[in-house]
Amino acid sequence: MILISCPDCGPRDETEFHYGGQAHVPYPEDPNALSDEEWGRYLFYRENTKGIFAERWVHSSGCRKWFNVLRDTVTYRIAAVYRAGEPRPTLEGGPQ
Amino acid sequence: MVETTIEPLDKLIGGLRVSPAQHLHGAFVDAGVTGAFGVRVREEQFLTMVGLRVTAGSPDRARLAKILGAELPGGCGEVATGHDVVVLWLSPDEYLVISQSVAGSTLVSYLRAGVSEGGAAVVDLSANRTTLRLEGPSAQAVLEKGCPLDLHPRSFATGTAVVTNIGRVPVILWKVEADSYRILPRASFADFLGRWLVDAMAEFKVLGSG
Repeated sequence: MILISCPDCGPRDETEFHYGGQAHVPYPEDPNALSDEEWGRYLFYRENTKGIFAERWVHSSGCRKWFNVLRDTVTYRIAAVYRAGEPRPTLEGGPQ
Repeated sequence: MVETTIEPLDKLIGGLRVSPAQHLHGAFVDAGVTGAFGVRVREEQFLTMVGLRVTAGSPDRARLAKILGAELPGGCGEVATGHDVVVLWLSPDEYLVISQSVAGSTLVSYLRAGVSEGGAAVVDLSANRTTLRLEGPSAQAVLEKGCPLDLHPRSFATGTAVVTNIGRVPVILWKVEADSYRILPRASFADFLGRWLVDAMAEFKVLGSG
């Protein structure tokens, strides 16, 4: 069980949240202009990072808001929590 | 408007309404425990609940505050008390207005008077949830069996309300007084949650009699 700090509600158990996959995947400006391969890459291709990974979570049994989390996929340690729409924060201690 | 036609209907159906946990009334009475390990549960029927959605920077907030008699609560857990109403914070742009004395249709029409076109949403949600009142010295221990929150008074103070889970059921948990909680499950979960609470209370009956 990990403890996730919702930007609005504070620390809550993981069971109150749902996972939303990789963060900062922009919707294509003009989906009709994409080839099938490009559309497929947008839909299905995601990073498989070992280490700090930016991902989306929703506080589904709380305030029902989406937000972003920087989580270490090896240790499960959460390095940063920030609101949807905010840029990815840079972490101290070197490039990520 | 729809509200004006609902008003007389409220009175007409008043005697016919069945609350979501009414059939559990006998089970709740039987499950009650008195004494040092005491805990009791009952349903508070037909509280008026109005959902209010208004964004953080909206100019409607000041007008709504004047109508409600209280500023909208500012953050998680906060509860604002106004004229015959209590306002619960559900999310940064969502509130639940609860009243024991004002009818839903009346409250909705009052609040809509303070809302600009498209500025906020005011919906009568009285039938969405019911209210279970759990009280007694063991109430916190009963809730701790199925609630992921820290319910110790140092982190869950009297007079706060949060959206969370109890026994895997999504609820609003409102600590009205020390050892007295209002639990607001959706109507369709009332039966399951009521029975879950009765089961969770059973051990205190044994402790109390021993």
